[in-house]
Amino acid sequence: MFSRAYRTAITVPPLLWVAVFLLVPYALLFCYSFWSVSPSQVIVHSWTLDNYRQLFKVNVYLQTLFRSMWIAARVTIFSLLLGYPLAYYLSFCTGKRKELLYQLVIIPLWVSYLVRAYAWKTILGSDGVLNTLLQYVHLTQHPLEFLLYSPFAVVLTLTHIYTPFAFLPIYSTLEHIPRNLVEASHDLGASPWQTFWRLIFPLSIPGVLAGATFAFVLSLGDFLSPLLLGGPSGIMISNIVVSLFGAAYNWPLGAAISFCMLALVLALLFLSESLEKKWSLR
Amino acid sequence: MPAVSQPAIPDATQASAPALLTIRNVAKSFGKNPVLRDISLQVAQAEFLTILGESGSGKTTLLRIIAGFESVSSGEILMGGERLDNLPPYRRRVNTVFQHYALFPHLTVAENVGYGLKIARLPGQEVATRVEQALEMVKMTPYAASKPSKISGGQQQRIALARALVNRPRLLLLDEPLSALDANLRRQMQVELKSMQREVGISFVFVTHDQEEAMVMSDRIALLHMGELEQVASPREIYSRPATAYTAEFIGHTNLLSGEVKDGVAKCHSLFWRTGLRDGPGLFSLRPENIRLAGTGGSGAAIRFRGKILRQAFHGATELIQVECADGLVLSIRTASRENWNGDVDLEFSPADAVPVRPSQAQQAQVRQTPERT
Repeated sequence: MFSRAYRTAITVPPLLWVAVFLLVPYALLFCYSFWSVSPSQVIVHSWTLDNYRQLFKVNVYLQTLFRSMWIAARVTIFSLLLGYPLAYYLSFCTGKRKELLYQLVIIPLWVSYLVRAYAWKTILGSDGVLNTLLQYVHLTQHPLEFLLYSPFAVVLTLTHIYTPFAFLPIYSTLEHIPRNLVEASHDLGASPWQTFWRLIFPLSIPGVLAGATFAFVLSLGDFLSPLLLGGPSGIMISNIVVSLFGAAYNWPLGAAISFCMLALVLALLFLSESLEKKWSLR
Repeated sequence: MPAVSQPAIPDATQASAPALLTIRNVAKSFGKNPVLRDISLQVAQAEFLTILGESGSGKTTLLRIIAGFESVSSGEILMGGERLDNLPPYRRRVNTVFQHYALFPHLTVAENVGYGLKIARLPGQEVATRVEQALEMVKMTPYAASKPSKISGGQQQRIALARALVNRPRLLLLDEPLSALDANLRRQMQVELKSMQREVGISFVFVTHDQEEAMVMSDRIALLHMGELEQVASPREIYSRPATAYTAEFIGHTNLLSGEVKDGVAKCHSLFWRTGLRDGPGLFSLRPENIRLAGTGGSGAAIRFRGKILRQAFHGATELIQVECADGLVLSIRTASRENWNGDVDLEFSPADAVPVRPSQAQQAQVRQTPERT
């Protein structure tokens, strides 16, 4: 087929790229997570497990990690609750408008993350669109403070941003369900509702798992939304990592937290992968 | 175009036994594209009716209309005297065997068969017994716990059949269920399907494009052509008394003789024979096997002629021979096989076997639309 030289020429550059810009930094970071910082802010290159111990001893790290997971879990649930009906509607009920509606779901992905996050800021702020409207119609006397700079704002924004990621794999599995199966189900006496629960939903579970994994993993590692909209109560674990690498100048602890996150995410990916395999039985 | 006198055929769209399903003046178009025009047909209790037609004839659309997957544009469908065409598919006591089986991939063979019964909320014990019986009927009991992807096409076909029949429908629809099987398995399934239908006594409406399959299995055949019914009759009737030229050519081989009728005598090239048709142009179907070598036991009234052998095609027990008559008329003749044909032969046929046929309605319509073409 292709010559050896050609194959080498096309495979080596990407491998090198991954090695230099991903694997080496990861290895370095992994080393950092076992080093420490002296009081005079110098990295001490002696091996220790202190960083990992600290992570489990200091309450704020674990608390923030759990809060991040709780936020990510809520984002996942809301993304699925919005994404699934949307995917179902697009796949089964739209006919000729399908392409147009699909594009309408995809287009927001092209809009910058920052623009979308700032948009929520202008909507949720104390003199933002929502509060102004609520006061104008006299539903509230004063601006509602919990709207912005709260876990609520973070969950709302992340749900908005990651719903298309939950939608896409679900839509794809729904599109791959042969329509004659749906007809067969109706033919055997199942109403549309029964057909959904006995046929369509079970067959779409791999897509739901993939969508849930996307939404959870992406929102768990998010740091811009909590930074812009979270306030003190909406801080997530990535914000701590950022500050440890930046202002606090504690790279070793930051690296240790990063690796715990990485392990968690890999475990999740592995779990969802094996569940998907179990459910896609063909 | 002068009227061609019609052969006397009883209206076979009416089922002889009490009708289970009545299709009345059904038409269907997709957009501006008419697919079915004015279809009227009855299916009797426990009848095996085949809807036969080439692809694009509308046969699958007609089946999907009965199943409820398509609506009618006009006309109505009745089952046991009640309107069927306004019910959704899941409220019709009709089940379908789909062309590609459409087994549920996430369920086992037994769960597939029990799907309809569970939906009908039958007690668990009864579901289990009936599934067991159904699997036994199609000889698939050992595969009850298998997934559909793990069994062969022929086995999937049996499961699709069991899954439909286990619900004891009043009418079973089969959409080219044998088309994906290889020739041997196909012939075996034709026999099995027919005997199974006799056993359960459920009316079958079977769609196929294969005229041999239709002949072997059916009580009656409804031949569909360009969205119109050409003829509805038993296999014997439709073969020996084709009503239209299209029917005669679609089902088996035939020689179409186009001639003139005058004073009760039809003339086609140099051949003459007596006919009951009125004066005017006449079209006749003469099956190749009804032309015999002269002197091999025909009646005295046989029409004799001489022809030159053009070519022969060996078909096993029989041979199809092309013969050119004195005036250039070429006829196909089927005879018992024999080693060598050459030179001239004396042939004969009896006038009764020259069956008058109509040019088909669709062809007439084409002629009307393009009168400048001759």
